Parts: sequence; structure tokens; C-alpha cells
Amino acid sequence: MREGEVYGVIGQSGAGKSSLIRCVNLLERPTSGTVTVAGQDLTALAGRGPRAGKELRTARNRIGMVFQHFNLLSSRTVQANIELPLEILGLSGKERSRKALELLDLVGLADKAGSYPAQLSGGQKQRVGIARALAGEPKVLLSDEATSALDPETTRSILGLLRDLNRELGLTVLLITHEMEVVKSVCDSAALMERGRIVESGTVTELLATPGSQLAAALFPVSGDATGADRTVVDVTFHGDAATQPVISQLSRTYNIDISILGAAMDTVAGRQVGRMRIELPGRFEENVVPIGFLREQGLQVDVAGDTPAGIPAQDGPAAGASAATLVKEGAK
Amino acid sequence: MTWSEMQPLLEQACWDTLYMVGWSALVAVAAGLPLGLLLVLTDRGGLLQNTVVNKVIGQVVNIGRSMPFIILMVALMGFTRSIVGTTIGREAAIVPLAISAIPFFARLVETAVREVDHGLVEAVQSMGGNTWTIVRKVLVPESLPSLISSTTTTIVALIGYSAITGTVGAGGLGDLAVRYGYQRFETELMWITVGILAVVISIIQFAGDYAARRLHRRGGHSGAAPRLKLLRAKPAAETTPESAAPVKTAS
Repeated sequence: MREGEVYGVIGQSGAGKSSLIRCVNLLERPTSGTVTVAGQDLTALAGRGPRAGKELRTARNRIGMVFQHFNLLSSRTVQANIELPLEILGLSGKERSRKALELLDLVGLADKAGSYPAQLSGGQKQRVGIARALAGEPKVLLSDEATSALDPETTRSILGLLRDLNRELGLTVLLITHEMEVVKSVCDSAALMERGRIVESGTVTELLATPGSQLAAALFPVSGDATGADRTVVDVTFHGDAATQPVISQLSRTYNIDISILGAAMDTVAGRQVGRMRIELPGRFEENVVPIGFLREQGLQVDVAGDTPAGIPAQDGPAAGASAATLVKEGAK
Repeated sequence: MTWSEMQPLLEQACWDTLYMVGWSALVAVAAGLPLGLLLVLTDRGGLLQNTVVNKVIGQVVNIGRSMPFIILMVALMGFTRSIVGTTIGREAAIVPLAISAIPFFARLVETAVREVDHGLVEAVQSMGGNTWTIVRKVLVPESLPSLISSTTTTIVALIGYSAITGTVGAGGLGDLAVRYGYQRFETELMWITVGILAVVISIIQFAGDYAARRLHRRGGHSGAAPRLKLLRAKPAAETTPESAAPVKTAS
């Protein structure tokens, strides 16, 4: 992970996502390998026994964590919940409450300081959870399915908050989720986990540019079959500069052909327009070599449906050669 | 027996009971709470996992729980003498009462503390909290309503046991009911004693339930929101000097 990015790890239940994130602050210990956070090798600090030594505890204080079920103490008020990590840090009472109120203001709950968690809605609880995670002024925020217990509307607002914090505080965020929506809306980079291994990873743009990427296909699903014989179905992937050009209409005008759009999934990821579109061109593939070549020239990635990847070198055209994507496909170490 | 004869006896018996039960409950809570916590912490997967300690404490608690009180009282006579210097009287009764209540309370504490969501423990671990912090800030405060209920149960059980301590001349309401009411056929006195015991136990149970419910509601479960304002008045006042004062200076 790079510093200052929002990194999403996605996978089905039981894929090992939670274990992965819990390894980052050593709530769970990896049987082998090392965990390095902000240049510090935590596994070296851990010691041998199951109990966390002083050094590891200090390091943990610099890693914030947000939980799916919020994990707020019901016996404490909102403010006292946020003060808890500060108590552990040994701050004075005055300092603690000043900081806690500041954090509450940051997450937009300044008026709830005296409430108990039971009086808050799910979204508000998670805001408290985030404020609490930020109390130790962490460089890294871990989010373990932080939005999975929330409704879509609240999920959006919590993700927006995480995004803002990432931008304003330069916070590096590692989030675990099973919702593709989450990755789509906030992540700069993503990794796909399956049966305890990372099967794909990279920035969203890189993934999109990777032919056959499962993550890209899941992020931007397109479907639709040819409406008849003598038709060519083509999947066009937009990423980078080409996404701002009206290429489809240019194609139509230049070659005087009718294009139908069978399906499309376009979105703005990390401020850039990206997506995939499935279009249908009249005539067989052989007749459409030129228009497809045109699309490639525009810097788009083009895959012809029903064709083997070997027959079509699915690499960017010369115009976008500079932004040639690196294929990132590796097993978890 | 006339009321004027009964009154001093009843008064004395009341005080004796409260004295014995009060002290033994205090000792039971003071010793049973750490013992119960240790049972949870040293268990498999606990923060201080230690099978040997866990098994030893578990066995000691089981033996203490399985011993009938009257046997325990007699068995402990030597121990009692070494502590209070005598085996007769209300001071002497406190020792076996406390000893029998410690394992009882410890088991109740264990159950209460186990109920605390492990996610909360993890949250504090992720903040860098050590085991002591987790005990002090999570396990005890989060299980407080249950712990109060456990204390109530223990006190009520101790009142029952305190009647048996009459056999070592400890006095108390139960002893009065047996010696005067049963053995001397003073039926009236016996029923008055039983009545007083019932009232005392009801008051304790009510007070315990009230305290537990009040704490539980605060942390607890929706539906009680309108009442919370009233209930929260007190805790808010307690925290004022520490947390509320800086609010004013900050604004």
C-alpha cells in the first residue's frame, strides 16, 4: 500500500479479509512473514507470548481501527468513548475532553457528546467509532467492514467522511468490504481476495486496464448478447484521457455505421471517468477491423466478445502507449 | 411474650443480621470479583490464558460451592479462631459466611463478565490498551448491571445462611426465629421474624434491581429514551468537575 491512499480489499465471506486486517495491528498474529506499518516492523515488536508488549501497544495506538459493529462501550457517553484511547495514552482530563470535542466536531456530532451509544443511530455510532479511531492521531486507519451494518444512504455518508479524512488529514485507509459499491466509490486501489490469497491487486485504473481482470469486470459489469447473426459485439473499456472524448459518436460519424449500446457501466472513480461499455457493430468481425482499430487508436481497450484473447492483442494502441498498464496479478505473500 | 419483651430482642437480632451479612458480603465481593475475573481471563482464549491457574481456581471454587454451609462452618472453626480469636458470636460467623459466599459470587462474576462482547475487548486492544485497562475500562463497567444483580443475589443468599450461624451463637433474625419461635413455641415472634426477613430481602432485591436496571437502561436498549433524562442527571453531575468545565473554556 502506498501512503495516503484508500485501499480496498474485497472478497466473499471467509476469504480471509478480516484475518488480513487484524494481522495489520496484530490482533491476530501471522504464522509467518512480517507486518510493516509506517516503516515499523510490528512482528518484531510483538514478542513471543500471546500478550501484547508495551512497544506493540504503543504502535497500535498509532493505528486507528473501525469495526463493523462499532464496538462502543455502552456504559460510557459518546465523549467518554472517544476519550478512552486518550486515557490509554495518558492525557490529562482537560486535554482529553478538548480533543474529544474537536474530534466530535470533525465527524459532525458535536451536539451528541453527552449521549450514550444506545441513543444513536447506526451511522452516528460509526461516526463516533471513526472519531475514536482518530484520537491517537494515527497515520493509518483500518476499517473492518465499517459500513456493512449500515443502510446504503448511511454507507455513502460514512464513506464520504472516510474520503474527506483521507484527503484532509493525509490518512492512509485500508478498508475491508464485501460490497463492490464501497470500492467503487472511495478506493484508489483495490485487491481481490479468494480463499486466503490476494488474486488481483492494483489501482482501479490499472485493474481496469488489465484484460480479464475479475475485479474490473465486477466493478463495471456489462452484459447483453448480439441481437442477431452478422453482428460484432465489442467491449470497450474507458480509462485515462480517452474517457473524456465522445469516441462512440466519432466512430459512428467517421465510418458511417450504426452502433447500438447493449450495456454500459460508467462511473467516476477517484475523480476520473472510467467504465466499460458493450457495443454492437453491424457485420462480422472481419468487416469491422477498421472501426475497432479506430477505437484502439483513441487509447481505448477493446475486447471482442466471443473471441479468444490470443487472437486480439488486447493492448492499448500507440496513442496511449505511455499509459500502458502493468499487469498486477500475484499471489499473497 | 409481650411486644415490650420482643422489641429489644428483635432490634438486636436485626442489627446482628445486618452486621454479619454486611461484612461478609463486602468480603465476598472484594475477593469474589478478582477471582471471577481471573476465571475468565485465564480461560482458553482469554487475555491471560493459563490452563493451570484456571483449573486450580475452578476446582477451589467448585469445592467451596459444593460444601453444605453447616459443614463448612464447622470445618472452618480452627481458621475462624485464628482470625477473630473465637468461634462464637457474630464476628466469628462472618468468616464462614464470607468464605462460602466468595466462590458463589465468583461464579456469578464469571458469567456476567463472559457476557461482555469480545469486540469491545478487541477495540481497546487495537487502541493499545493492556489487560489491566481492559479489566478496568471494559469488563467491569460493561458488566456492571449484571454484577450488581449478582451482588443482590449473594446478599439474599447470605441472609439465608446467616440463620444457620445461630448454631454457633451468632444471633440474628434466623437464630431468633429458631430459638424463640420454634424451640420455645413463641409462634408470634417467629412470624414477626419471618415477616421482617421477608421485608429486608424485598428491600434489598428491589434496591439491587433498581440499580441494575438504571445502569442497564443507560447503556441499553431503546424504548427508555424519554426517561433517560431524569436518570442521567446524577452521573452528569458526577463528571462535571472533570469533563464539563473545559467545555466552557473551549467555547
